[in-house]
Amino acid sequence: MVEYADLALVNWSRAQFALTAMYHWLFVPLTLGITFIIAFMETLYVKTGKEEWKRITKFWMTLFGINFAIGVATGIILEFEFGTNWSSYSWFVGDIFGAPLAIEGILAFFMESTFIAIMFFGWNKVSKKTHLLATWLTAIGANLSALWILVANGWMQKPVGMVFNPDTARNEMQNFWDVLFSQVAVDKWLHATSSGFVLASVFVIGISAWFILKKRELLLAKKSILIASVFGLISSFYLILTGDNSTRTIAHDQPMKFAAIEGLYNGSEGAGLVALGVFSTSETDPNNENLKDFTMKIEIPNFLSYMAFLDWNAFVPGVHDLIDGNEKYGYMPAAEKIERGKVAISKLTEFKEAKKTGDETLAGSLRTELTSAAFQENYFKYFGYGYFEDVNDLIPNVPITFYSFHIMVGLGFMFVLLFIFSLLFLLKGTLTEKRGFLRLAIIAIPLAYLASQAGWIVAEMGRQPWVVQDLMPTMAGVTRISAGSVQTTFWLFAILFTILLIAELKIMFRQIKIGPKH
Amino acid sequence: MFENLSHLALQQYWWVLISVLAALFVFLTFVQGGQTLLYSIGKTEGEKTIILNTLGRKWEFTFTTLVTFGGAFFASFPLFYATSFGGAYWVWLLILAAFIIQAVAYEFRKKPANFLGAKTYEIFLVINGLLGTILIGTAVGTFFNGAQFELNDMNQVLWQNPARGLEAVLTFHNVALGLAVFFLARVLGLLYFFYTIDNDLIVVRSQKHLFFTAILFLVFFLYFLVWLLLKEGFAVNPATGEVFLEKYKYLNNLLQMPVVLIIMLIGVAGVLGGIISTLFFHSGRGFLFAGPGTVLTVFALFLVAGFNNTAFYPSVTDLQSSLTIQNASSSKFTLTAMSYVSLMIPFVFAYIYYFWKVMNRKKITDEEMKEESHVY
Repeated sequence: MVEYADLALVNWSRAQFALTAMYHWLFVPLTLGITFIIAFMETLYVKTGKEEWKRITKFWMTLFGINFAIGVATGIILEFEFGTNWSSYSWFVGDIFGAPLAIEGILAFFMESTFIAIMFFGWNKVSKKTHLLATWLTAIGANLSALWILVANGWMQKPVGMVFNPDTARNEMQNFWDVLFSQVAVDKWLHATSSGFVLASVFVIGISAWFILKKRELLLAKKSILIASVFGLISSFYLILTGDNSTRTIAHDQPMKFAAIEGLYNGSEGAGLVALGVFSTSETDPNNENLKDFTMKIEIPNFLSYMAFLDWNAFVPGVHDLIDGNEKYGYMPAAEKIERGKVAISKLTEFKEAKKTGDETLAGSLRTELTSAAFQENYFKYFGYGYFEDVNDLIPNVPITFYSFHIMVGLGFMFVLLFIFSLLFLLKGTLTEKRGFLRLAIIAIPLAYLASQAGWIVAEMGRQPWVVQDLMPTMAGVTRISAGSVQTTFWLFAILFTILLIAELKIMFRQIKIGPKH
Repeated sequence: MFENLSHLALQQYWWVLISVLAALFVFLTFVQGGQTLLYSIGKTEGEKTIILNTLGRKWEFTFTTLVTFGGAFFASFPLFYATSFGGAYWVWLLILAAFIIQAVAYEFRKKPANFLGAKTYEIFLVINGLLGTILIGTAVGTFFNGAQFELNDMNQVLWQNPARGLEAVLTFHNVALGLAVFFLARVLGLLYFFYTIDNDLIVVRSQKHLFFTAILFLVFFLYFLVWLLLKEGFAVNPATGEVFLEKYKYLNNLLQMPVVLIIMLIGVAGVLGGIISTLFFHSGRGFLFAGPGTVLTVFALFLVAGFNNTAFYPSVTDLQSSLTIQNASSSKFTLTAMSYVSLMIPFVFAYIYYFWKVMNRKKITDEEMKEESHVY
């Protein structure tokens, strides 16, 4: 019943999903943030009645439009890819996962698409106030769209509010609010959207800096920097806050991911935080290429324990504690989890067989057993582990997760400095003279994209090998199709998206060069 | 309130909603139909600009409806989502590719330094219009003619044909529906030009095209419909869930559900009325009849596919793997929760309707294209 998928197929399916998700995420964060920045600017236009603000609003709106189109283009594929490439997953969790996607369409996408049309084409068709309302609603709609998909993602990271139904062989929702208000989902939404606000602020500051360096559009540049740096600073505050919250939920719910993020192999009490570290090229464990030693690290003592559990001396499990088990601190060995998972799977198989052969008595007693609280807690909880043979397959790629996380956090703090100094120089009136700083502000734009992408690498690579934490390994979720077909569509989308990205960048650069219309 | 409904009632309610979304989508493909007429109706750059701007202000509705259709199907009938999208892989990915290129084409076409040139983006729009309508229509044809799949014990889809869905084009009845949707989209596109564009040349050319496009639509649509009513259909025994072939199943469905028959007749009358009033009475408002007519017709077709104990996504290789609104649906809890969300739909319709009217108050003209700051 449970067969192992072909590894090439799993890898190509993952590659395709990663490709589309990463391309999509190149455009989404800017949309999330710049719509609000535009809404602030237009509010100032409506309040002051100054044409200058309208010009500024329209300029950023043009750049937004270019970005939005390609964001939409890369987005449609993602929604359908759950079905096309992860159909086993779609059935296993569709009862829970589908709902947020539907709500996203009904409540958020229509809002976005209705009001964006007014925002772009309604200047002469609706009143100033209605237009402003449309702009705000576009921003809200965009951020609500993000809410629902992140609720779905949060559920994959921490499945809550459901129960497994052996008759349908899937998880079924029991509590909608548990799914929606799951701490993971809420943190994820706030963290992802505020990261979009920060990216958009960096984007606006960087482009404005370019205008100042070129001695063009000084008024537009300064006003834009003022709005973006304040918005960026406030958003950074939320970004750090929600990031910090996420750290604790990950430490609690996904300890393996947490260990990978921190490069922690051997757990300890009062664990130190590796602020900077470089992995050696040699492996600590010959069986697993993902386990590498640090050759260099700067560590802050006890800080990791505090971050994870708000206790300077708490025990933080490392990769080895989670694989080999740690009786003292109550961590079950992975081999044991695998055994329990196999029991859960074989019981389900037995039940399916009994149903097939029409043995209602046996099926009935197995159904009672499968749905009993004890079985759910002791066996079903480890269902996904039953797919594995080798405990080493339960370890994500530690170096990639570690580096991505540290790049994200490091750059995040640099952006805070960027916002502070932009604001400071602007208020002191010295910004136009700080040519070095302005150049750095331009360089910050690609770095913001890098940080943003790194964040998703942490979230998604760090939780491997799971597509649904502990319940379904990625390999079990895949659609059964030839690896060649997926490889073909991978290249098709890789080429298509790359061509469109080049077009988008060329258009964007040209529009910036042209500048606002007079 | 929804808690008190039976699981079956909720499944039926959601099938109605899915049918509404499908119906709205087909209506909104007037954008796709219009795109395929770009070169036959727009001879000069100015005319093309007018055409693409009148369509371009609505493209996102079609796109969003498609996405919402996918999401709603996922939420309410996840087994269909898993089976069809995962199984008929190539069909769906080709459809998606056609929508990817559409999304950028409007925004990028006129922009300087757009890398591929305006002509390429125009071709993207034509491709989107062709594939988007024909392939979706063909895919929906398999709702009546069946597809080649089996489901295992874990409800995993095992597709039985290496063409992964593309084999649907070998059944002419499917293709007939695809072509009917395509020509209907063109008819609607032309009617939308009459309704929204103030340009004599475009109106005259649209008038010329309408006649033949409408004839082609009718040929394929009638072929599809007559064949549908005469063919065997996939029936379900409500007591056992067993799927079997029944003669004249779809005809029986219409006769046994007279309301659906009436909806369909009114719908067809609306489409014909819209065409005739434009052709013979030069009315600019044919769109207002043909649009709702399309919605009603497609709505009725979907009800015929899923209601009255019919398997809406039949398997021809393993009849018992066929999907019905009962075996493919979400749990009662999820459908109940989603039903509460659906109470927002009238509100969503209301604001879309209101702002659509506001934006379409004046016809689009050459002058507007010159004055407008954001032009596609």
